[in-house]
Amino acid sequence: MESRRNPRAVVDPKVRQVGFFTSSQPDSSSSQLQQPDPISASASSPPVSTISPSGNSLSPVMIPPPRHNSSDAFPLRNAVVASAVSPSSFSYSSRRDFPDGSTTASPGRHSRGSFVKSSVPVASSLPGIGMDSMAAAKSSSVPASGLTTVSVVTMPPGLSEKASGMEVESDHKKNSKPLKEKTTKAERRAIQEAQRAAKAAAKVDGGKGPAVTSASVASTSAKAARPAKPTSQKNDVAVAAGAAEKKGGPSEKDRKKDAPHPRMQYDDESRVVKAKRRAVVKQTEAKNRVELFRHLPQYEHGTQLPDLETKFFQLDPMHPAVYKVGLQYLSGDISGGNARCIAMLHAFQEVVKDYSTPPEKNLNRDMTAKISSYVSFLIECRPLSISMGNAIRFVKNRIAKLPITLSESEAKAALQSDIERFINDKIIGADTVIVKHAVSKIRDGDVLLTYGSPTAVEMVLLHAHELRKKFRVLVVDSRPKLEGQLLLRRLIKRGINCTYTHINAISYIMHEVTKVFLGASSVLSNGTVYSRVGTACVAMVASAFRVPVLVCCEAYKFHERVQLDSICSNELGDPNAISKVHGREDINYLDGLTNNANLQFLNLMYDATPSDYISMIITDYGMVPPTSVPVIVREYQKEHLLV
Amino acid sequence: RNFLKKKRKSMWRRSPSFILDERRTSSSPPMADTTRAPFQNPDSISAYYQTRAAHHGVITSEWLSQAQAAVGGVSGDEHPISSLTDLGDGKSFNVIEEFNSWRKQPDLAEAVAAIRALAAVIRASEATTMMELEIELKKASDTLKSWDKTSISLTAGCDLFIRYVTRTSALEYEDFNSAKSRLLERAEKFGEISCKARRIIAMLSQDFIFDGCTILVHGLSRVVLEILKTAAQNNKLFRVLCTEGRPDGTGVLLSSELSKLDIPVKLLLDSAVAYSMDEVDMVFVGADGVVESGGIINMMGTYQIALVAHSMNKPVYVAAESYKFARLYPLDQKDMAPALRPIEFGIKIPTKVEVERSARDYTPPQYLTLLFTDLGVLSPSVVSDELIQLYL
Repeated sequence: MESRRNPRAVVDPKVRQVGFFTSSQPDSSSSQLQQPDPISASASSPPVSTISPSGNSLSPVMIPPPRHNSSDAFPLRNAVVASAVSPSSFSYSSRRDFPDGSTTASPGRHSRGSFVKSSVPVASSLPGIGMDSMAAAKSSSVPASGLTTVSVVTMPPGLSEKASGMEVESDHKKNSKPLKEKTTKAERRAIQEAQRAAKAAAKVDGGKGPAVTSASVASTSAKAARPAKPTSQKNDVAVAAGAAEKKGGPSEKDRKKDAPHPRMQYDDESRVVKAKRRAVVKQTEAKNRVELFRHLPQYEHGTQLPDLETKFFQLDPMHPAVYKVGLQYLSGDISGGNARCIAMLHAFQEVVKDYSTPPEKNLNRDMTAKISSYVSFLIECRPLSISMGNAIRFVKNRIAKLPITLSESEAKAALQSDIERFINDKIIGADTVIVKHAVSKIRDGDVLLTYGSPTAVEMVLLHAHELRKKFRVLVVDSRPKLEGQLLLRRLIKRGINCTYTHINAISYIMHEVTKVFLGASSVLSNGTVYSRVGTACVAMVASAFRVPVLVCCEAYKFHERVQLDSICSNELGDPNAISKVHGREDINYLDGLTNNANLQFLNLMYDATPSDYISMIITDYGMVPPTSVPVIVREYQKEHLLV
Repeated sequence: RNFLKKKRKSMWRRSPSFILDERRTSSSPPMADTTRAPFQNPDSISAYYQTRAAHHGVITSEWLSQAQAAVGGVSGDEHPISSLTDLGDGKSFNVIEEFNSWRKQPDLAEAVAAIRALAAVIRASEATTMMELEIELKKASDTLKSWDKTSISLTAGCDLFIRYVTRTSALEYEDFNSAKSRLLERAEKFGEISCKARRIIAMLSQDFIFDGCTILVHGLSRVVLEILKTAAQNNKLFRVLCTEGRPDGTGVLLSSELSKLDIPVKLLLDSAVAYSMDEVDMVFVGADGVVESGGIINMMGTYQIALVAHSMNKPVYVAAESYKFARLYPLDQKDMAPALRPIEFGIKIPTKVEVERSARDYTPPQYLTLLFTDLGVLSPSVVSDELIQLYL
């Protein structure tokens, strides 16, 4: 069929972008960073980082631009980091008063904050040969263990060490040194962590918990709240050291540039500590996380909200609309992929509306930076969904593509209408198309099963009912969210015949089902459906019963990432939600056990359903098999950006 | 000739390596082309299967030679174009009649007939703008599609052409008439393309047929016949198992056609597929339509054969022209408009007994190995890729 082939040959060829690719937008964030302005970071208002914290930036979506070796410009490298963790010299509680100078995202970059520590003796910037003496100095408090020796050998000699109470400076002079001798920041961090952990262990030996927890209580500083894990120290160190070795030094920029940007790994303590220092939301890390999921952030829920509310008026850089949305995410008032995405986009619209370019700044760059800072705030409130990542990418791309000739008001108007269009076309419009397609698959006499409360599926069911199709709905639900009850309520109000059950009964109920309709948080390139936890279970049972599984998902939620399991990227919910049953005082078996070191709660939010269990994905581009997701991603990713 | 036949016969008991040795001695290409008596047209309900059955009578040698002519670049039949222009002048115009007149021609695939009928619509149209013409065409294709909902290639053909028209309108043409003539030209080329597609598919499939292999064939597909014929012409030594293909006996037809080509062929009952699957090396089927999932809709029994082949790890190859790709996505067997046809059982069936009269089934993609199309040899998942690029 020539007609089909020709256009492809004639029209400029589509470049298939497989895997990770750098986004085309200008490297605005790094240029931001390079304003060498270390001293002016005022003590009272911590500058909000201009780029999102390294790992959990809109991670899946945007591969940050290649890193520049900005370190050379900053003589202050490592000062902050080294002093912050050096175990012996300062008390945790005093730490909170430190201005938060770090604006950087990745270990390759350097914090530019400088702070004056007059009262607190800071140990050293912990390097090189100094290590020996330090270790020796510490040996009084650190129990003899192999922990600290992990990479001492690799320490470069001759690094400056200072133990004064003054501003600490450690210049690395790395360029003059051979590669091999360099320690990466991460390596040094690993050592410090090891020492700190060992020390903590020694301190709390015997009466473990209390000492640490009291420390964490005493200070709101997030840093302090990271509990010592006496049981797994060794592992941590090993892992951290191993990771550090793999990563290589900051000077190995070439290697780093090529490697895809890793997501924030929350078991990489050095980064966590760093990210926290920047954080607006002071989340308390939950204790007793499940080993396999330690790379994911898990917080004590419900404690930060009042704190944040009080901050409302001091947070200079944060736009109120964004702040509101962030709080809504945090409290769980807004949930569901589309709702969250739309709320965020509306907030961005507000931002654009109220925006005015600061003098001597470029609108495109400054606004991108602004958006990035808002995004990192939102991430602190709740990790981004992939759909939000895509939307952010869209917004940033629009900003970057704004013609330089536009006046500020024109540019703002264009942006606002672009965002509006994204909401209307990609989210709301997409849903109507999906409904149209999905309804064609519902026949009289069908028994449809759905799980949780997917909005798209709800629209499908309601529309099918409006068309007077005769069908029955089976709503399957699960603790702790019990979202299905909301769906059930709305369906019954419309007069749809429903059955309600919990996921425990799925294998029993499945034999009478004719079709399974599911929603999705995202669909990945290999056809894996990333959705509310429990979806994989439903899909698996359905496919075992040979019941077709239809997934309704807007195409803006598609993503080119490939994921094989639900471990490496996921979200952890409030552990209390599964340990307590609300309204049931008689079920209190776990009372008083929540802080037990031998008990870990795992409240996963999402899971990945392999494409084998999916019969069809209904999207705004029609009904496609899961194998076609990469095609849509490939063909329309650009269009997404150019809407 | 007899010698060759004997050799072919003895092949049943011989190992492939032995045959390879023998192949060097036997070099005369088999050839046998004679016309067949027309096959009896059963009184059916599905118009698509009615036409197919009608074609079965004359489908074979005659259209093959026509196809050859078309491929050779020498248009063997001028009459379509001439009659097309004649019809185009008629003021009161009926797409369906037009289509029916075209579909009678056995060498024309249904999709081609549909496109020719739509071309006639363009001729008859008095539209002065591209938009008007488009609307008119859309209406015509909708009538056509609703006239026979069971035919997938009719639907696909219509969609394809409409798609082409809408894409063309986007192109820059100096005036409306040149755009119109461009469309007509395109429509006329289409028949040729469809024949060419068969040749391409036949060529592509040759690599998959090895000496000494046994091929199971189900249904009477022009493409599969073309493949087997080409393989025989290339002096490949293989044998064919034909299913009977109840109720319209397509297997019987195919086997007699193959025997004329001196291809060793064996007829099976439809129910003997699993029994003989052990000796089969590959399964070849045609398709009425290739759907978005990459599965196929084909004559009843295909699904069953694919299932048996899959469980015995035998490859299932589908030969289908790309104009049979349809934007359909059946979830299961019942998720299609049923194409009914009468079935003769020879004896009287009590009225209380229900008879399953559906003429086709849906084979899900996981049971298919590869699709041979004029776009190349595709894995089932690529079908959707092509469809998305075409229709979106």
